Amino acid sequence: MTYIPISPAERDAMLKTVGVKSLDDLFDAIPKKHRFPELNLPPALTEMEAAAHLGEMASSNENVREHLVSFLGAGAYHHYVPSVVDHMLRRGEFYTAYTPYQPEISQGTLQAIFEYQSLMTNLTGMEVSNASHYDGATATAEAVNLAYAQFRGKRKKIVMSPTVHPQYREVIRTYSQGMGLEEAGDDASADLEVGPEALMSLIDDKTMLVVVQYPDFFGRIHDYTKLIEDAHAKGALVCIVANPTALLMLKTPASMGADIVVGEAQPFGIPLWYGGPYLGFFTTKKSYVHKMAGRLVGETVDVRGNRSYVLTLTAREQHIKRERATSNICTNQGLLALAAALYMSTLGKQGLQEVANLCYQKAHYAASELSKIDGFGLCFMEPFFHEFVLCCPKPASEVNQYLLDNGILGGYDLSKDYPALQNHILVAVTEMNSKDEIDTLVEILKEMK
Amino acid sequence: MATVIEPTIFELSSPGRRGVKMPASDVPATALPPKNLLRSDLPLPELAEVDVVRHYMKLSKFNYSVDDGFYPLGSCTMKYNPKINEDTCRLPGFLYTHPLQPIETVQGNLALMFEMQEWLKEISGFPGVTLQPAAGAHGEFTGVLMMAAYHKSRGDTKRTKMLIPDAAHGTNPASVGMLGFSVITIPSDSRGNVDLKALEAACDDTVVGMMLTNPNTLGMFDENIEKVVNMVKDCGGLMYGDGANLNALLGIVRPGDLGFDVMHFNLHKTFSVPHGGGGPGSGPVGVSQRLMDFLPAPLVGIIEEGDHETAPLYGFVTPKQSIGRMKAFHGHFGGGLVRSYTYIAMHGPDGLKDISQYAVLNANYLQARLRDTYKIPYDRICMHEFVMEGQFEGSDIRALDISKRLMDYNFHPPTNYFPLIVHEALMIEPTETENKDTLDRFADALIKIAEEAKSQPELLHNAPSTTQFGRMDEVKAARELVLCCWLPENYETMK
Amino acid sequence: MNTPSNLKYTKSDEWFDPATGAVGISDYAQNQLSDIVFVELLVDEGEEVTVGKAIASVESVKASSEIYAPAAGKVSAANKGLSDKPETLNSDPYGEGWMIKIEGGATSDVMDSAAYEKYCEERSH
Repeated sequence: MTYIPISPAERDAMLKTVGVKSLDDLFDAIPKKHRFPELNLPPALTEMEAAAHLGEMASSNENVREHLVSFLGAGAYHHYVPSVVDHMLRRGEFYTAYTPYQPEISQGTLQAIFEYQSLMTNLTGMEVSNASHYDGATATAEAVNLAYAQFRGKRKKIVMSPTVHPQYREVIRTYSQGMGLEEAGDDASADLEVGPEALMSLIDDKTMLVVVQYPDFFGRIHDYTKLIEDAHAKGALVCIVANPTALLMLKTPASMGADIVVGEAQPFGIPLWYGGPYLGFFTTKKSYVHKMAGRLVGETVDVRGNRSYVLTLTAREQHIKRERATSNICTNQGLLALAAALYMSTLGKQGLQEVANLCYQKAHYAASELSKIDGFGLCFMEPFFHEFVLCCPKPASEVNQYLLDNGILGGYDLSKDYPALQNHILVAVTEMNSKDEIDTLVEILKEMK
Repeated sequence: MATVIEPTIFELSSPGRRGVKMPASDVPATALPPKNLLRSDLPLPELAEVDVVRHYMKLSKFNYSVDDGFYPLGSCTMKYNPKINEDTCRLPGFLYTHPLQPIETVQGNLALMFEMQEWLKEISGFPGVTLQPAAGAHGEFTGVLMMAAYHKSRGDTKRTKMLIPDAAHGTNPASVGMLGFSVITIPSDSRGNVDLKALEAACDDTVVGMMLTNPNTLGMFDENIEKVVNMVKDCGGLMYGDGANLNALLGIVRPGDLGFDVMHFNLHKTFSVPHGGGGPGSGPVGVSQRLMDFLPAPLVGIIEEGDHETAPLYGFVTPKQSIGRMKAFHGHFGGGLVRSYTYIAMHGPDGLKDISQYAVLNANYLQARLRDTYKIPYDRICMHEFVMEGQFEGSDIRALDISKRLMDYNFHPPTNYFPLIVHEALMIEPTETENKDTLDRFADALIKIAEEAKSQPELLHNAPSTTQFGRMDEVKAARELVLCCWLPENYETMK
Repeated sequence: MNTPSNLKYTKSDEWFDPATGAVGISDYAQNQLSDIVFVELLVDEGEEVTVGKAIASVESVKASSEIYAPAAGKVSAANKGLSDKPETLNSDPYGEGWMIKIEGGATSDVMDSAAYEKYCEERSH
């Protein structure tokens, strides 16, 4: 009865109105032999007991704030979240509301999403943003859905760089298994040194979409302008999977000519939270808006002449278009889109530029110091943002175990996804890493036997 | 020009204003990348912290939420979201763990996920559960992928038809469409059950399976459920259960026991994850024995058994014929699983049964109170929700008008125009967390509105009149497509 | 309801002009859909279509519908400008709102205007 506000006397009065004798009598339609199973679950805890129990479970983890110094990124990043963000997210008016189907009493959510859409288009340089997807990986898979719908199945090939996040490529393979797609480029044993132009030879007149990452999974910054020109000449669309923190500093994917720009906006005000929920952003050109999945907020006026906002182009969505819809998506990540908007607003243009610059500076300091250690070196020469591949004298798993023994969460072990990179780790550095931490990392690795 | 009640965050910006500052760099400076790789401008707002707070406070007040009042949105299960969940999901041990940390350092997270899998199995009667799907529709897609993989693994490639009742959620056919299967619509009979004759006619060796919401979107538990399941299974199909309506079934009946093969849970409906203005949700999926090998990878399993002194070592395992990965990392852990885990832990077996019993009592009570005023086309004992017609003989009042008028009485409207098989449908789901006084006030308001529909219909046509905003021009929004804004100084060039 | 008598009509509310091969949606259909905000032609000039093939997709503020070929043959012309002015389907369904022209034009299962009017009336009750 934890949250049920009905007294026994009220219950009896209500049963009488309904015309049954007991609560159990409401369930006659259910096959008798399966009715009222005994559930083998632990007995109920009170709030005080639950708080203590969950507290114990949480504290049995080693976290990157209290126990470990983290240099791990690979798609999830430890950034500072201004206090304002969570204060606003905890407003019941935001987090206990539903999808804004009734715009007269949902203008808070609607305007907040409209502003989120605007922040993302201004960040990426694209014309349209939807109200968000589950995460960066599923947003990328939705780009494949868009391209498939755009060409109405007449083009069925995707060219995917091997330097797109391995899990994103896995998700695309899962999502597309009913489409009969031809996939090219998604080959972990490909030459990883060559630039993006190497993908050009794979693009042909059957190609619907080219997917690349920016900075790529190894942290490298490529200019995709030429690749995109080539893809467009062959009639294909190009999707860039972008890191939003990097976009604060780097030239926009729109200026390179991208058709779709997606990514993981977790770095913008969303905690690591052991992998979720995160925030997939999805931006594109206005001409593809009808093929884009997900919710979309547009500006309008109400009958009283007030500027206001509504969910728009809803007839493209599953509840109306049913089996002809581009995607079955219903929800967005509403509250987390709000988190990203709050993060961007609270830091503002200058604060955000400071975050990007700190990530860049610290990562480059770390890379420079680490590469001075005997036996260590940087794997690639291209410019990078806040992640880089470190070549080690030992297998990555041994290096990481050694670091962990010394209280450091090392980089991502690349040997699992790239057979050629057995002794390589992907190191991430953000504004959360102090010079002392970086120096400690260097000292510990110097002493590694 | 339209009146602006609250400017956008871009309009509130003023060049040079500062919000939160970052510390100065403590490392020797490195030159930036070459200029051709840098952006020329970052056209984002500049505000002081107080401006941001006041802006979002203002926006929050434009919203109606469960914390404000009754929210009987059918099929959405807008129950009260316990505040303790907000604290547990923000414990530092959960907030600050990276999804790729070595498993030895995150045993608390993995234990929670393992137990959650076990609990959901026990509640649903399925032997396998994945926590990975991000939302109900995502779980549904996961389920349909597994159904396809199952038939494919048996070389049974002629199965391309999915049977879906006419009362189903739109996500069902959309999920099926994503796999290129065709949809065969099965009508409902006069009692709101699946029409058995139509089902029999559709069952053959080309059927992938059936996607059934039970209780269905009329709020009716199918009285022939065992027959329906058997007919689908006899033709070699799989039974998909849409778990959107699970709030009626906790401790009442387990879909696994009824013979379903796969079902998604909506943790944001049944297990109190807040809806967040449209997400994030969480959509774990349970499966029967024959689909277990196809579950998405990875699942949480026990890597080394423990004993009474040492806890087991939890880690990740990959099912033999897994359909693959549905999203990056491990599902909606913090915002989804931790909140729901807290909720289930605080209810236990008896508390869960209470939830469903009272959810069903509240729905039947409202149905009984409204029966004489509104037409209820499928009128029998309902489960956690019911559907009535929002129209009156000889009146041009529609369900939409009634819904908008309810706002003037400070209630959130029910779901409108769904399911499609009821004219001018109003779908009402009160949930178990409302008291009798609230239900009575809501019923009184609806009865009063029915009178107004006769005596003063303009009150309904013009509703809402007491809210900050009135009805919106949706045609303008769709035709003009203003989908974003810019800084005032960029407005002219961007527009 | 406007149903020009020189045209033929289908049960799925397309019209077909046997004289020119033009295809569109009926006045009844545009009225049912209400404010149309998007139209996409699904076939290109030169393509062969069969009866019942989806030739266009239409979305209004609250509904979505596919438009099917009422005749078989080769697409001899497509009204490409329509996607920029979807509201034309509401304002001028039989004129500027034409979608494609089908050459060859063997039809099946079409009604004359009187039969179609009766068919629409039956559905309004």
